Amino acid sequence: MAKKINWFKYSSPQTFYPLAGKMIPWFAVAALLFTLPGLYFSFFVAPPDYQQGEAYRIMFIHVPAAWMSMFIYMVMAGYAGMGLVLNSRLSSMMASALAPTGAMFTFLALWTGSLWGKPMWGAWWVWDARLTSELILLFLYIGFMSLYAAIDEPRRAARASAVLALVGVVNIPIIYFSVKWWNTLHQGSSITASKGPTMAASMFIAMMLMAMAFWMYTIAVALMRVRCEILERERHAEWVAEAMRGAK
Amino acid sequence: MTSLTAAFRCIVARDITLALRRRADVLTTLFFFVIVVSLFPLGVGPEMATLRIMAPGVVWVAALLASMLALERMFYGDYRDGTLEQMLLTPQPLPVLVLGKVFAHWLVSGLPLVLIAPLLGVQYDLPPEGLLILALSLLVGTPVLSLIGAIGAALTLGVRGGGVLVSLLVLPLYIPVLIFGAGAVDASMSGLGAQAHLSLLGAFLLGALILAPWAAAAALRISME
Repeated sequence: MAKKINWFKYSSPQTFYPLAGKMIPWFAVAALLFTLPGLYFSFFVAPPDYQQGEAYRIMFIHVPAAWMSMFIYMVMAGYAGMGLVLNSRLSSMMASALAPTGAMFTFLALWTGSLWGKPMWGAWWVWDARLTSELILLFLYIGFMSLYAAIDEPRRAARASAVLALVGVVNIPIIYFSVKWWNTLHQGSSITASKGPTMAASMFIAMMLMAMAFWMYTIAVALMRVRCEILERERHAEWVAEAMRGAK
Repeated sequence: MTSLTAAFRCIVARDITLALRRRADVLTTLFFFVIVVSLFPLGVGPEMATLRIMAPGVVWVAALLASMLALERMFYGDYRDGTLEQMLLTPQPLPVLVLGKVFAHWLVSGLPLVLIAPLLGVQYDLPPEGLLILALSLLVGTPVLSLIGAIGAALTLGVRGGGVLVSLLVLPLYIPVLIFGAGAVDASMSGLGAQAHLSLLGAFLLGALILAPWAAAAALRISME
């Protein structure tokens, strides 16, 4: 007879805490292992662009950061919704652990975009739909974090910010389709599922490596942050006291 | 069904009565709107050509800020005296009651802005057609602001620093409305026709009408736990 798997074993903070601790080094090392060849490919292997010269190389940070900024928001909202519906403590902790990383990538995407925009468009900032939506995304992250911080009781804070995150999800499709909706300055996406990448293979590899590196970094950092969050919120639990005694 | 419409009508009538008993609150929002719009010519200079270009954006931003400042009144009074708790206990679905409150709130804080906006547009030397589109875009757009704002107001109920926080939560969500609201006037003045913008605003209104009362009701339940 097959052994029954308990799918919810790691949904309790007590069992997840040590698991997260074990996973962090793996993801951190993986992030490093993807970053090094990713940077090598982006700087030395990928050919200069026929139009944009060397300046386009910031794309290898900019595009994955923009991807992550949107994707983390979706994951965060997913966790927040799960916490709201299933009332599971760990999901809302994951949501609040992801928010700062998402905000960081949003800021990074805006910053690198402005560095890229100066040589290409001649301006640090243009009020283009896609830039504006990304800026709104940053505001949404900040709103989520400040609402969470403003409410003292953690359960209410988690539920209130979960509602806000879900309302903000409406913004993600606007960001994604803005390039098609408003035909503006920002170049269209170079990678589409239907046509395949319209760039050199080495550029594509570099971008994918960097994207993977950002992924691994995000997971590692989110796990670290969720461990802190678990300790903070469960500080009255017996097992936390024991774990802390063991750590000393 | 009748009990739903009765509840809706009852809430609207009650909230309007309450608002009219405190006319100063209503007028404060309106005068805030007028003053903010009047400040811009003092800041950027009185050249009519510049002002005409700026007018739609200025009026819309001022409307955004005014309706955001009025948000605090939407639930706070009921929250403080315990009425809100009773509303949560009624057999009628909470989203319907929220919709009633939002509608009443819009009637006293949004509609006056719509009505006075053409007058302010004249100060900015907008052509007659621009004035019409400005009022029309505000008529479709300000209810969206009230609906989205209700979510923010419900989330920040009884939270310390709620007034500043609500701006942080709500203003980013207002941005699409601002873009298309001001865009409608710009488009009509440049001869492109405002129909596309107004249609999108209408779409926002329908979407917000369907989704926002539920989100605000959920937020109220969380705040009242």
